[in-house]
Amino acid sequence: MGLFFSLIFPIILILLFGAIFANTGSTTVPVYVQNNDNGSLASTLFINALSSTNIMKITMAPAGVNFTHYLETNSATDGIVIPSGFGADLGSKPPIPVNVTIYGNPTSSTSGIVTGVTNAVVSALNLQTVNAKAIVSTQQQTIASKTFKYIDYLVPGLIGFSVLTSPMFALVNISSQYKRDKLFKQLSLTPLTKTEWLVSKIIWYILITFVSFLLMTTAGIVLFGAHISYTLGIVPFLLLGPFLFVSLGMLVGTVSKSVESAAVVGNLVTFPMMFLSGTFFPVSTMSATLQTVAHVLPLFYVIDGLNSVMLYGNYTSAFTDIGVLVVISAVTFGLAVRFFKWRED
Amino acid sequence: METIQVLGLKKAYGDLQAVDGVSFSVKDGQVFSLLGPNGAGKTTTIEILEGLRAQDSGEVKVLGLDPWKHGYELHKKIGVIPQGFKFVDYATPKEAINYYAALFGVKADADAILKKVILEDSANTYFSRLSGGQKQKVGMALALVNDPQLVFLDEPTTGLDPQARRAVWEVIRNLKSEDRSVLLTTHYLDEAEELADEVAIMNRGKIIAAGTPPEIISKYGSGKAGESLEDVFVKLVGEEASTSPVEQSVEAKPPRRW
Repeated sequence: MGLFFSLIFPIILILLFGAIFANTGSTTVPVYVQNNDNGSLASTLFINALSSTNIMKITMAPAGVNFTHYLETNSATDGIVIPSGFGADLGSKPPIPVNVTIYGNPTSSTSGIVTGVTNAVVSALNLQTVNAKAIVSTQQQTIASKTFKYIDYLVPGLIGFSVLTSPMFALVNISSQYKRDKLFKQLSLTPLTKTEWLVSKIIWYILITFVSFLLMTTAGIVLFGAHISYTLGIVPFLLLGPFLFVSLGMLVGTVSKSVESAAVVGNLVTFPMMFLSGTFFPVSTMSATLQTVAHVLPLFYVIDGLNSVMLYGNYTSAFTDIGVLVVISAVTFGLAVRFFKWRED
Repeated sequence: METIQVLGLKKAYGDLQAVDGVSFSVKDGQVFSLLGPNGAGKTTTIEILEGLRAQDSGEVKVLGLDPWKHGYELHKKIGVIPQGFKFVDYATPKEAINYYAALFGVKADADAILKKVILEDSANTYFSRLSGGQKQKVGMALALVNDPQLVFLDEPTTGLDPQARRAVWEVIRNLKSEDRSVLLTTHYLDEAEELADEVAIMNRGKIIAAGTPPEIISKYGSGKAGESLEDVFVKLVGEEASTSPVEQSVEAKPPRRW
């Protein structure tokens, strides 16, 4: 049953989140266009100009219907309406000014894009109408840096998630239960030492972590086309993570007075870490206060390190993360051994 | 050499003097029973002898060793079945024995040990599915893995039904027939009378009578014919009873500090 959580659950998460977010990071913005000018040449050309920018994915809305209502029904925020008489007005001599309405939500990033692109097309159209020639023009140059999809962030994040949750939940449970059932007292009658027992748990969870790492990266790459580099830089994190969280789980379980209170404390420690360390979304998207909080959470350094080596190839940053983790782990391990009472008195 | 030697043992928990100057010795190959009501100090005494608890004062030698200081060495030579023995839910008795054998670095014949404790039929049943008596027997099996010279049993049949109790008694008799020494604590008089060569009756931290059951009866009894150990016990403990019922029910158990 423990193995389910350790191995299968993270895979389920990858499948779930990968599928849900499969299309984020795609580069076109969906836009509904209502052409009330009855297929006039001018309006058709205008719409072609909009779509040739390759930034908007245009879907035509039926003419004449209530556009706001139509957008709502289709759960869309972005739309453009071409008024009737568009072509006729543009074609008269002199041309009569026309108004194209852009529908959007000022807080949405897509609306900003739609407004910008539409205005650019309109400016070009205006210049053409007065037969002016553009003096200043722009040119597109793409920077050849890697662009990442959500799944690329998700895989290291979920690896971090499982590195945290498997040992934490298991150890908090085991240590508090063994204490209650006097199993530690029982084991103290054998040659087994506390350190040996704790180290055996650490080794077990390192193994689980490696297996789960392979399963998750395979699923991410094969199913969702994640861009992940397998480098040796990953290994320190797969070793330090379990070392840290086995010790932490042990510490929580042994200092708690009962199995129930151990579970409560364990959850209090684990759940915030789960969400605020960059598991499901980058820490940089959080508010400044929360970012400071993230820097205090051990899991942040695991995920940050994994991101550094798996995505960015930034080994300096990874090194700092490893350094921090070594210190935190050593301290936690020391405390866990110190408070681990093998026998009373 | 005496297998166990205890001289003036004392142990207090806060204000409660759980063990108050206890002295006795156990000979090699003997079954010795500490008999007394709950709260008498039996468990504390046996735990000190097992090296699980440190004494406040007094001399203790088990197989010639100080249990607290030389616990590691001593544990290789003794077997212990604690009160209310519990183990991992999903381990079978056979797995448990093999695990303990690996821990002690000895070769153990799991089947033979299971036979000794009359548990062969449940060799592959998960611990959580065993009955109370069978669980106790697993405890005994584990205590025998390192082939100990001396075995400690703390209230081995408490909470068991009569059939299970008799089964456990048989295992204890088997231990004796193998020339092992046994120290057992109990509050059951029939158990002490049935199994023990010598008995020490404990009450409120002190030993109030010691010797073989016949000796105790003749020394402390009222001289009536057909008097049993139980009669003498009730008499002795009754005399010791304080007037305050609250004091009587205080359990000499260590305060939970975690």
